Amino acid sequence: MKHEQAKKYGMVIDLDKCTGCGACMVACMAENNVPFKEDETNKLDSITWMRVYQLTNGKPFPDTDICYLPRPCMHCEGDHGHSPCVSVCPATATDYSMDTGIVSQIYTRCFGCRYCMAACPYHARYFNWWDPVWPNGMEKYLNPNVSPRMRGVVEKCSFCYHRYQLAKDRAFMEGRRELEEEEYQTACTQACPAGAIVFGDLNNKTHRVHQIVQPDPAHAGRPKNPKAFRLLERLGTNPKVYYLSSREWVRRSGDHYLPHEGPGGGH
Amino acid sequence: MKMDRRSFLSFLIGGAAGTTLSPLPWKLTDDLAIWSQNWPWTPVPAGGEVTFVETTCMLCPGGCGVTVRKVGDRAVKIEGTPGHPVNDGGICILGLSGLQLLYGPTRVPAPLRRAGGRGENHWEKISWDDALALVVEKLAALRENRLSHTLACISGTDGGTVGRLMERFLTAYGSPNFIRTPSMRDAYEMTLHLMQGVQASAGFDVENADFILSFGSGILEGWGSPVRMFRAHSAWKEKGVKVVQIEPRLSNTAAKSDKWLPVNPGTEAVLALGLAHVILKESLHRKEFVDFYASGLDRWKNEVISKWTPEQVEAVTGIDKSTTVALARSFARADHPLALCGRGKGSTPGSIGEFMAVHALNALVGNINRKGGVWAVPGPDYIRWPEVEMDATAAAGMQQPRIDGAGTEKYIFARHLLHRVPEMVTAADPSLVQALFILEANPYYTLSDSALLKKAWDKIPFIVSFSSFMDETAQNADLILPNHMYLERYEDVSYAEGFNKPYIGLAKPVIHPQFSTMHAGDVILRLAKALGDPVQKAFPWEDYEGCLDDTFGDALETLRETGYRVEADFAPGSGYPVFETASGRFEFIPEEIRDAGMQAMVQPQGEEPAFPLILIPFDSQRLANGYIGDPPFVIKTVPDTVLKGDALFVEVHPETAKAIGLSEGRAALLATPKGQARVRVHLFEGIMPGLVGIPTGLGHQAYDGYLAGKGVNANALMGPVEDGASGLNAAWGIRAKLSRV
Repeated sequence: MKHEQAKKYGMVIDLDKCTGCGACMVACMAENNVPFKEDETNKLDSITWMRVYQLTNGKPFPDTDICYLPRPCMHCEGDHGHSPCVSVCPATATDYSMDTGIVSQIYTRCFGCRYCMAACPYHARYFNWWDPVWPNGMEKYLNPNVSPRMRGVVEKCSFCYHRYQLAKDRAFMEGRRELEEEEYQTACTQACPAGAIVFGDLNNKTHRVHQIVQPDPAHAGRPKNPKAFRLLERLGTNPKVYYLSSREWVRRSGDHYLPHEGPGGGH
Repeated sequence: MKMDRRSFLSFLIGGAAGTTLSPLPWKLTDDLAIWSQNWPWTPVPAGGEVTFVETTCMLCPGGCGVTVRKVGDRAVKIEGTPGHPVNDGGICILGLSGLQLLYGPTRVPAPLRRAGGRGENHWEKISWDDALALVVEKLAALRENRLSHTLACISGTDGGTVGRLMERFLTAYGSPNFIRTPSMRDAYEMTLHLMQGVQASAGFDVENADFILSFGSGILEGWGSPVRMFRAHSAWKEKGVKVVQIEPRLSNTAAKSDKWLPVNPGTEAVLALGLAHVILKESLHRKEFVDFYASGLDRWKNEVISKWTPEQVEAVTGIDKSTTVALARSFARADHPLALCGRGKGSTPGSIGEFMAVHALNALVGNINRKGGVWAVPGPDYIRWPEVEMDATAAAGMQQPRIDGAGTEKYIFARHLLHRVPEMVTAADPSLVQALFILEANPYYTLSDSALLKKAWDKIPFIVSFSSFMDETAQNADLILPNHMYLERYEDVSYAEGFNKPYIGLAKPVIHPQFSTMHAGDVILRLAKALGDPVQKAFPWEDYEGCLDDTFGDALETLRETGYRVEADFAPGSGYPVFETASGRFEFIPEEIRDAGMQAMVQPQGEEPAFPLILIPFDSQRLANGYIGDPPFVIKTVPDTVLKGDALFVEVHPETAKAIGLSEGRAALLATPKGQARVRVHLFEGIMPGLVGIPTGLGHQAYDGYLAGKGVNANALMGPVEDGASGLNAAWGIRAKLSRV
């Protein structure tokens, strides 16, 4: 039997289409049993696996412009799976899967040292400072496919890994080894009313995400599509979340570029 | 036994060796490890069979199809229904959070009778029989005293069976006071009535338009059916459709548009007339429409040409005259240009002059009832109940003028004018409203001029809320008869806001009722039965489901299966339709209201110099500002530049803030002629200097700890401004003062 080709699941988010509505954030919270507190206005301790940031071009009225940027976990590949968080975890509570390209988070292993949070350049990781509390009766909507977390552990976006497992199980029952593109989609991708998020296998040439991004394997997956960029490209984290924008200033805000540099500039 | 050193040590060592060899320490270590990973207080969601139920979302008038994922008998996730004609798989932030409303602590668990003073939130649970008996007793007494017309109902819904049952109940009982909550729908309906002679809703063929000119419509803020607009917006991006957004603040829509025109607030209509000026002067209008299907053009043209030259428009709107000319040309030269209005989400109607001016632009380019244009969508026709047989009391009651004055000589074209009710109630003694029903609405929160509203509220002796949730209105009622929430009940949704085809969605019970609630339709039927003839006679149905069955007949089964019905090939006439105005043509200046088009501007309330700034409310997709308040998930997404702790931030241009001596984050006092509030200041380059932007949808006093007490209710600082020509509330802002504290 042919050996299964390794997957590299990734995402491309079209910032021209993203309206900043926040549906991805809530779809994620609902799918992944993300807890909430009475006051969530301190954004440092507000757990949002997917967070929509607002960027501005800094120009005065009326040349001001804003753009929204949804930020899930980037599932960095780093150099051969040495993503920033995976490299520092003393408990092997987070790991890079060479089969799927997904950075996992195993809550029962995590003992809350938060090295990974310090290491993550994207602020994609959140710490449970408190035990989750659902108001009386509200725990009824909890999704049995994702275990609710407890105080003292770190959590983050898993690319809805449980959906991958379910899809694999289903395919297995039907005697298939390979998943169709639409069989495994994250909750945010599914929900996005603007259709701004595209998710799939970056290694698979038939998947839209590959076709849009045109990752360059010779340069650690850097996009060949001139409209596409990654966040903090020059850190070498090799993230698997790409962004599209037709606006130069938006692409430039993806990293700390000097005036003469640009997103296409390289290391 | 003698205890010497030797035996003591033997005992100790032997004991230690024995314990080590026994399973005890290992068992304890293992237990400890397990215990440290045991979080009995962290719920373990139960598994079960996974099923999907398709239904219709009722959290806004968008009419989206949603699919609810169930595990066992629990609903665990709401997702958009793929292939649905309105939202095709997409879903908005509020729709996603529906389960927090279903299972949340804001539900009213049973019929409640007020135990303390009004608004004190002390309640006594009573049985449904007792609750209904209370209402019947009150209503029977009013009717006996020939005061049936003093019963009023404020309803968030009017086209479907539940709204119509309520209206029918009022008719049979003898009251004309069925009042729908206000929105831009009122203004659009009136526009279509006046200019096209039809009773219809405005539908927009946004998918096929190729140039969008939006006069402040929050296309990405929740205008129309939000998910449909998001999808259309993405399609525009793909097809390269130009979007021009006209409003004084850089909203999300403005940021995403191809061109943002920051117009002086409240002068949007003048810009529309200025564009018409250029189009007419340069003869860019579509003659095949205007010459054959429209009337009144010459008269309108004269006024537009003489009054609104690009120079004059620049003076009023602040939009450069060359911009106006260029915009008019590109609008008129597009194949399917579409002009939209209704500010923000469209929760305030607006001035009829403004709506007519914008609609006239669509007519100039011939974009009425054709591909990519504005369509007149006839109201639902499936409710064909027999006429109500009124007795003398009912007939006399129905002869009384409506409390809001709609339909009277002064407000002849208006159908619902809720903003007038507080004033009318406070003006008369005894109150013109003796009993008030509130159905799917939260006027205690959404109506502006809260101070006056509270006075009026105090004068209404008997207030019954049908709300599923403990919202502000329910909290200030005398009796709550909680409806099933939308995921627990059958109800037809007769309308999807802005959708350009006749559409019916069906909400289905996804889950059995979680509390001791009752379908509002059943409550109406039971009240009618208890009141006896002649009211009872108008309701020949056993229960609400019987009524649904009878209304839809065989069609109900298909509706149950598919969840919706849409006239997919609906076209408002082939080619251009026949207009039903007196002239049979599209009226540029309807005779009945001929000066209105030229009085399109509405001034904000308040005077300088006491109020040197102008406060404009702005909407956001992340803040529900209608009947439903933000559930915990949604409020969690609100940025900390809008809400921090309980403090609300208002947006001010840095220059404006500097002049007052305010810097980022500083506390300030925001005062308007209608009220004042403590706020904090967020400096934003995207708002026109001289304005203060206040987000809508915050400042709730009811619901739960996740929402109550956070921020300021923008409605409390605003007041209605009546549009002279139509009577509709046209307030888009109010004069304000911001000062350091």
